[in-house]
Amino acid sequence: MKSTLLLNLVAIGLVLSVGGVGCRKKPTGVTNIPNQRLAHVPEVGTLPPIESEMPDGFDGGQNTGEILTPIIDPSTRSNWEQDSDVFKVHTVHFAFDSSAVRSSDKAHVAAVAEYLKANAIAAVRVEGHCDERGTEEYNRALGERRALAIRDELIRLGVDASRVETISFGEDRPVNPDQTEEAFRQNRRGEFILLSPPQ
Amino acid sequence: MNMKRFLCSAIAGGALLILGSIQNASGQIDIDVTVKGPGRVPPIWLSMSGITGEAAEVLQFDLFVQGFAFTNAENAQYLISGSANGNLQARAVDAVNKSQLVSKIYSGASLRRQAHAFADDFVEALGRKGIAKTKIAYKAAKGQNSEIFVADFDGFNQQAVTADNTIVAAPAWAPGKFGLCFLSYKLGNPAIFYQDLASGTRTKVAYYGGSSISPAVSFDGRRVAMILSKGGSPDVYVSDLDGSNLKRLTSTKQAESSPCWTPDGQWICFATEINGRRALAKVPANGGSVQIVPTPGFLNPSEPEYSPDGKWLAFTSQMRTFRICVVPTSGGPVTELIEGEDPSWAPNSRTLVFTRRQAGGRRGLSLLDVPTKQVKDVTRISGNSSQPSWAK
Repeated sequence: MKSTLLLNLVAIGLVLSVGGVGCRKKPTGVTNIPNQRLAHVPEVGTLPPIESEMPDGFDGGQNTGEILTPIIDPSTRSNWEQDSDVFKVHTVHFAFDSSAVRSSDKAHVAAVAEYLKANAIAAVRVEGHCDERGTEEYNRALGERRALAIRDELIRLGVDASRVETISFGEDRPVNPDQTEEAFRQNRRGEFILLSPPQ
Repeated sequence: MNMKRFLCSAIAGGALLILGSIQNASGQIDIDVTVKGPGRVPPIWLSMSGITGEAAEVLQFDLFVQGFAFTNAENAQYLISGSANGNLQARAVDAVNKSQLVSKIYSGASLRRQAHAFADDFVEALGRKGIAKTKIAYKAAKGQNSEIFVADFDGFNQQAVTADNTIVAAPAWAPGKFGLCFLSYKLGNPAIFYQDLASGTRTKVAYYGGSSISPAVSFDGRRVAMILSKGGSPDVYVSDLDGSNLKRLTSTKQAESSPCWTPDGQWICFATEINGRRALAKVPANGGSVQIVPTPGFLNPSEPEYSPDGKWLAFTSQMRTFRICVVPTSGGPVTELIEGEDPSWAPNSRTLVFTRRQAGGRRGLSLLDVPTKQVKDVTRISGNSSQPSWAK
């Protein structure tokens, strides 16, 4: 096998070298370079529609024992009204590179939990955000972990898991674009968006 | 005395020369990197005469980021000569034994593409894989939104791939295909799509509750590794390129992130947290137990990517700043190369494209030749760009 390969290489080498000998001084055959363009660049609004067909929920996988609460279908409340002002004062902030809800912030989560208990048809979306001191996709995962930590706290306070959605914006949506400690502190956050069924 | 120069001059003529140069050239790179380590290999010296203007600029750029450097004819190992009046006519000669490696007249397309073609012909005559005709994809920010673009690897011929008017990020080429996976917030929650670049057709790979992020396509172009939080925590999942056959590979409370594939498709490497410390780990692509991938001395690793030849793992370490590092996949010391993040290998397994942060928060793309540590910014791509993925 090995010697066959070697013979082949020698044969290729001979062919190449014969080709090379005949044209040592002047350039050989003209190489035509085809033009390359993308066939299709979508314009704004021309993308094909994406229908919202949903796969099954939590598939089990190989659960190693931790109890994790699966998330519901994201399209369930796609036509619900969103209000980002109601819970503005209850934005939760995080320590650097941490997704733990600090005890000083638990009152904010409790306030949202109380609201949800008093308004049985409402739901909430928790948006996780990061400062820019992390690689982009690491931060996108960390932002989701932060949103889920807040969700876990809401569930602990008695809110049904099906009423809490999560989303991560990573470091893509800072409230303060500066590169100062204060800006980073403001940007490491979890925001609550109130979701109400259409009237 | 330079080993390669010695070998090339010792071997003369015909089949032996060509056979010899293929073996020596590829063998030489390995030996240098293994003995001296990434970032410590000297460049191969070239001279260029007769070729001017845009064609010369293209050749200088293309070859510099593949470990060559330019000097005068007396000190060069290879001599490049020719003309670039209308079409490119170019030849490359070994300075020692005067043997000719390439001699061609190019036509068609543009002078740029002709020069790229010669760069590939020259590099391939030395037994390496050419990268001058390859493309990259990247995220380009526009205010609070971002879209995916593709361009030649040197930043020319930029074209928009998406126009979603939201956050679109994390482009990942499907190896062997003219198509990309990426994530988009177009549906609200981040979802993963595959877009065929020839037809513009977009298909959904993953759209679930929570965040569906960070796609990576296997080297055979058929499977996607990704991070989904639908199970209650960000975990590693794998599916076919059309989203079917979804399988969960990790089940931890911690946030897994930035998965990548081994070239043989057997393993998926990702960033996670083990015993309270951030680390790289890998899991069999068909499921199994998670193993730590050691990065001794380099903390907070993320964004791993295997070189296509399977020999190196590049990643970002975050200490005070972000550093691009490489570690042999067979184990061994980590080499810190340069400040930067999110490395992606070229098909030649030696050049990386990565992100550099600049003053004022702007991000730009740069190219790094790992053995020589020669670096060039992709200045042609202006604005705020990051998350490069090199087409393979």
